[in-house]
Parts: sequence; structure tokens; C-alpha cells
Amino acid sequence: MSRKILLTSKEIEIILHRLACQLIENHNDFSNTVLIGLQPRGTYLANRLAELLRNDYGIKDLQLGLLDITFYRDDFRRREEPLEATSTQIDFLIESKNVVIIDDVLYSGRSVRSALTALQSYGRPDNIELLVLIDRRFSRHLPIQPNYRGRQVDAINEEKVVVYWQETHKEDAIYLESKVSKPD
Amino acid sequence: MKQLSVEHLLGIKYLTKNDLELIFETAAHFKEVINRPIKKVPSLRDITIANLFFENSTRTKLSFELAEKRLSADVINFSAGQSSVKKGETLIDTVNNILSMKVDIVVMRHSNVGAGIFLSNHVDAKIINAGDGTHEHPTQALLDSFSMREALNSNLKGKKIVIVGDVLHSRVALSNIFALQLQGAKVKVCGPTTLIPKYISSLGVEVETNLKKALEWCDVANVLRVQHERMDIKYFPSTREYTQLFGINKEIVDNLGKKIVIMHPGPINRGVELTSDVADSNQSIILNQVENGVAVRMAVIYLLAQQIKR
Repeated sequence: MSRKILLTSKEIEIILHRLACQLIENHNDFSNTVLIGLQPRGTYLANRLAELLRNDYGIKDLQLGLLDITFYRDDFRRREEPLEATSTQIDFLIESKNVVIIDDVLYSGRSVRSALTALQSYGRPDNIELLVLIDRRFSRHLPIQPNYRGRQVDAINEEKVVVYWQETHKEDAIYLESKVSKPD
Repeated sequence: MKQLSVEHLLGIKYLTKNDLELIFETAAHFKEVINRPIKKVPSLRDITIANLFFENSTRTKLSFELAEKRLSADVINFSAGQSSVKKGETLIDTVNNILSMKVDIVVMRHSNVGAGIFLSNHVDAKIINAGDGTHEHPTQALLDSFSMREALNSNLKGKKIVIVGDVLHSRVALSNIFALQLQGAKVKVCGPTTLIPKYISSLGVEVETNLKKALEWCDVANVLRVQHERMDIKYFPSTREYTQLFGINKEIVDNLGKKIVIMHPGPINRGVELTSDVADSNQSIILNQVENGVAVRMAVIYLLAQQIKR
């Protein structure tokens, strides 16, 4: 298996600041905007962005929710491994709000499709945007594109983008892993 | 990898502790779902479930039906009273006819002990036992345990639970005993000697015939209904005497000097097993049990449906 680094800790930090600034450009003080991190992996990114917005950019009343999409997935009963649900924590209404869905990697677009369905259970937002750290642009199954992206990556289906966070792996880093070694 | 160790839910006896934990964990997620403004998820939109109730039921049938609909399954209902069973059709023929309509899961209540087990050996569908005679009622025990854990805010290891009343005719009692013991709880039964099965001590359950002592001992009292319809002979002299000895009223509860959790699987014979002021008090979690019933049944159906591959 070969592994190459896509983003280092420093690069991730710069990207997070850029994404935070882009969000502020479009949503000002977030008075009518909520952030929704997709469980499980999108929540690390969502928490990190929320922390930056609060601490470095002075956004006071930022609302952050975590959404589990397990029961809305379209591959229930198609997978070898059973799906495991995680918790949903959305203690506010999204009715007439601007919602920013946050996930770490955009691959097929099916998770985001499930998230759009799941969000309907919480009301009818004014509009929904998508923020991802990594956009694997050539692997989409559905017509879904991010509004905010950290880095666009061209990778073949056999390759895997692995996101490490301080919280889980004691380092911020993103790797591209491949089972097949490519010739130089 | 988390999945149930069984293919059908025939009784708590066949489940492991891990199965229980998985069901409770999944039910907690579904409880969050059913408290959303829109209480439905699309997971089971291509699954058909038949509710076969060969015996009367109100809350279990409604609870299952609601759970199925909230998972987006297609549901068909069957009651023996309005069916060809009255014309002499056998159980297998009835079920096979229904399965020909491409049914994936059968929820069945039957007056005969082991009806679910029998069916699971003869038909190609997931079977959920919704009560088989005086044997087991697994989803009731699961929702009871789930509700106890919620009320006590902890798992049930070392907790003391007394099951009060008509244990002999109860399918809830046996399933509860299995479920509670699997979780490490201590279980006693309390009721007239005539309504306590002779085999109960072989299950590791103590018998207490003094209600006051039983309540002083326990953290939770799970009170059972006196099942007059299952009694072919008189098991106690009069309802009045039963109530005097084994009925729980406010005075008894207030004199305990501690708060205990009061449960009842319903329907309550008000004034017999429980007085209204106890049944409706803040120590009673009877309505929580009903709400949790939907979440727990959603979890069971979801986890079994997961095993039906496309």
C-alpha cells in the first residue's frame, strides 16, 4: 500500500481559516445561519470551524448541530457490514434558516443526499449550502457540488482519502492511500 | 460489527447481552427520531410487514404498526376474528398465503405457546413474537428494561426489580425475568402463591408474598395485570381481597420512605393492581413505557430488516 500526504497540519490550519472567512463573507454574524456537521466524521471539521469562528473571528451566537444520516441512507441492506447509528444533536429549528452542511470528504454525494432528506425532519430551511474539506471531483454519483471546498483532489476509485484529526489520531493530516503502488 | 445474533425475535431467552445493548442503543436513536417534528425515516421503504394478531391486542398492535410506519415499511394487518381461520384454515396455510404477497417480516401474536418458533421453522420470513400464550412477550420486556434504564439513569446491573401480581398467566413476567437477569439485575416476584409458577425458583428468582417487604426491597415495581380472561378457575377468593393484599395504593407508596419506580404493561385494572393516584403519579413511568415501546419496536424491526439482503 502506498500513501502520500495531501495536506499537512499547517495547510489544514490555513484552509480552515480560509473556509471560516468565506463563511463570514456570506453569512456575516450568523444570526440567520446554522452549521450542521454530518456524523461521524464531518463533526470534527464542524467543531473545528465553529471554534475558529467563535474564538478567532468573534462570532458570538453560532449554532452548531450534529446530524446522523444512518436511517436515511440508500445503501441499507446493500452493505456487507451493518450500519451503525450515531447521535443527532440539533436543539434548534432550521425553519427559514440558512443551513451549511459540513462534511470532511465529498465522494459519491450519497451522504449529502441523505443529509438533505434527513434535514427535512427539522423544518424547511431558506437555503442549504455544502462545505467540505476534500472534494473528490471525479467520483460523484449524484449532481451534488460543494459551495465551499478546502482542496479539490483527483483520485481514482481504488484510492482512499483518509482524514486524521488531532482528536482521533493526535495529528491533523490528510493522506491519499492506494492499495496499488503507482510507478514513478 | 454490530448486528443481532438471532434471525428472528422469538423470545428474550434466545438473545445475548450484546443483543440487548444493541437494541437499546438503536432504540435511543429512534426515540430521538420520533420526537422530531417529522417522525419518519425512509429506511424500510421496500420492506413489507404483516401484523398477524390471532389474539386481541390494542397497544401492542398499535405500537408495532406505528413503529413500522415510522420506518416507512408497507404494513398489512390481520385479525383472526375476521379471517379464514374461523373457517378452519391452518396457521401455516394462513401465513403462507400472506407471505405469497411478498411479505418480509411477520409480527405475530398467538394464544399458543411456541407459535412463533413453529412458524420460524416453516416459513421464509423474519418472525417477531408479539406474545405467544403465557410464554414470552419479548418486545414488552425490551421496552420495560429500556424504560427502567431511562428512569434509573443507569444500566440495571445490581438493581432490584420486583414483579408484582399475576405471574402465572403473564408472558410479560417471563420475558422480563430473562431480560433483567441478562443485564445483571436482581429479580423477585410477589403475588398470591396460587399465581406464582412452581418453576420460578429454578430461574433464580425469589418469591415474596408480602407486598410491603417486596416494595421496601426494590428499586422498581413492575406491576402486572390480573388476567381474569386466562383464569379457568378462581385463583384467589375475590378481587377485593387481592387488592387488599397485592394492590398498590398511595398510602403504601408514601410509607416506603424512598422513591421507587412504578411500571405497568397495561391495560391497568384501575383500583385493582394500582390505584389511579399511583398510576398517574410522578413515580409512575407507564406512559413513558408506551412511548418507548414504539422506539424499541422500531429498533427491533430495523435490526432484523438489516439482515434481509436485497
